[in-house]
Amino acid sequence: MTAVNLSEVGAGFQDIARGSQSIFRAALEALSYPGRQVAVNAPFDTPTAANRSSSGLLLALLEPGSRLWLSPSLIGTDAAAWIVFHTNCEITQRSSDAEFAWIKHWQELPKFSSLCLGTDEYPDHSTTCVIDVVPTHDNMPPSLFTLTGPGIKTATTIELQFTTLNERNAFIQDRTLNHSLFPRGVDLFLATTHGLIGLPRTTSIELSDEASKCM
Amino acid sequence: MLQASDSVISTTNFSRAEWLALLARAPLDLLEQVLKDHTQDAPLWLRPPETGLMMVEGRAGGTGERFNLGEVTVTRCALRLPNAQKVDPVGIAYVVGRSHRHAYLAAIADALLLSAAWQDHLKQTLLAPIKELVTQQNSVRQAHANSSKVDFFTVARESGAGQDDED
Repeated sequence: MTAVNLSEVGAGFQDIARGSQSIFRAALEALSYPGRQVAVNAPFDTPTAANRSSSGLLLALLEPGSRLWLSPSLIGTDAAAWIVFHTNCEITQRSSDAEFAWIKHWQELPKFSSLCLGTDEYPDHSTTCVIDVVPTHDNMPPSLFTLTGPGIKTATTIELQFTTLNERNAFIQDRTLNHSLFPRGVDLFLATTHGLIGLPRTTSIELSDEASKCM
Repeated sequence: MLQASDSVISTTNFSRAEWLALLARAPLDLLEQVLKDHTQDAPLWLRPPETGLMMVEGRAGGTGERFNLGEVTVTRCALRLPNAQKVDPVGIAYVVGRSHRHAYLAAIADALLLSAAWQDHLKQTLLAPIKELVTQQNSVRQAHANSSKVDFFTVARESGAGQDDED
């Protein structure tokens, strides 16, 4: 067990039971309706290194002993100290061993195959990936994706902002591979500044025509 | 409590671990009385008081293998003083029992002891009397235990070692 530096740690949920339950409800809704943005409303102190919805989700879901993998730019930040202090989770160095992964930027997203994909007997043991999606002010326009699959009546769209074309293509390729592994595979939560978007392994995702045209 | 001032000189150096241990053993009314100016406003809770069980481990003779002695009820909390900034010290408390109030007061005292402005004052008015009291309680217990001490040196064998099986 590592000592936590308390000097920068903020408060957790004001009301632990209601706070974590309302976020758990939001997480369920986000996974049941992929692509829908679900608000995170519970009051707590957001660490400076991460955004509000990703911190809230992990604060609600992690428990003592849960193995959390941090992307490089989150290691040693107040977000890491905060989540360890409040949930007593374990920070793991091995991404293949992680139950949860907290990723600060798209560019730090590891290959899904390096995370835990679960087994055919226990597909639920796979890593749940939480990605902070921050609006960037780069030249690259946001890319429009079409989502289909369980929980979506016909099709729905989401806009994602990548910094480079390579980054976007790598994500699409990796996500397609992840989808084909069903029932194994990684579930994603995109944590925007406004809420959570669920992208479970069952959802198939492809670039919309109009978006690819403007490239 | 006031006669404690004689021994203050020798007891003004406390490490944080020492004062946390003392605060956890402090009588509630003393904490209430010394800290009454700091408990008017609500603190900034990092972790509100919560009660749980902790496993106490022991070693036979202090050197043997670890073993689980038993579980003990512990109340803990973490807070910053009212109106504190995010960089200000965090007071923590781990107190045996279920008293949320005791954990709260001990954490307030810890936070004050971490700030230079209050450290010396509290060491004299709070830590010294508690130390006095704890030492006194310990010596009473020790005396009580010593009164039942048995010295076995009188049972020296005279001859024929191993003939008599002892219980």
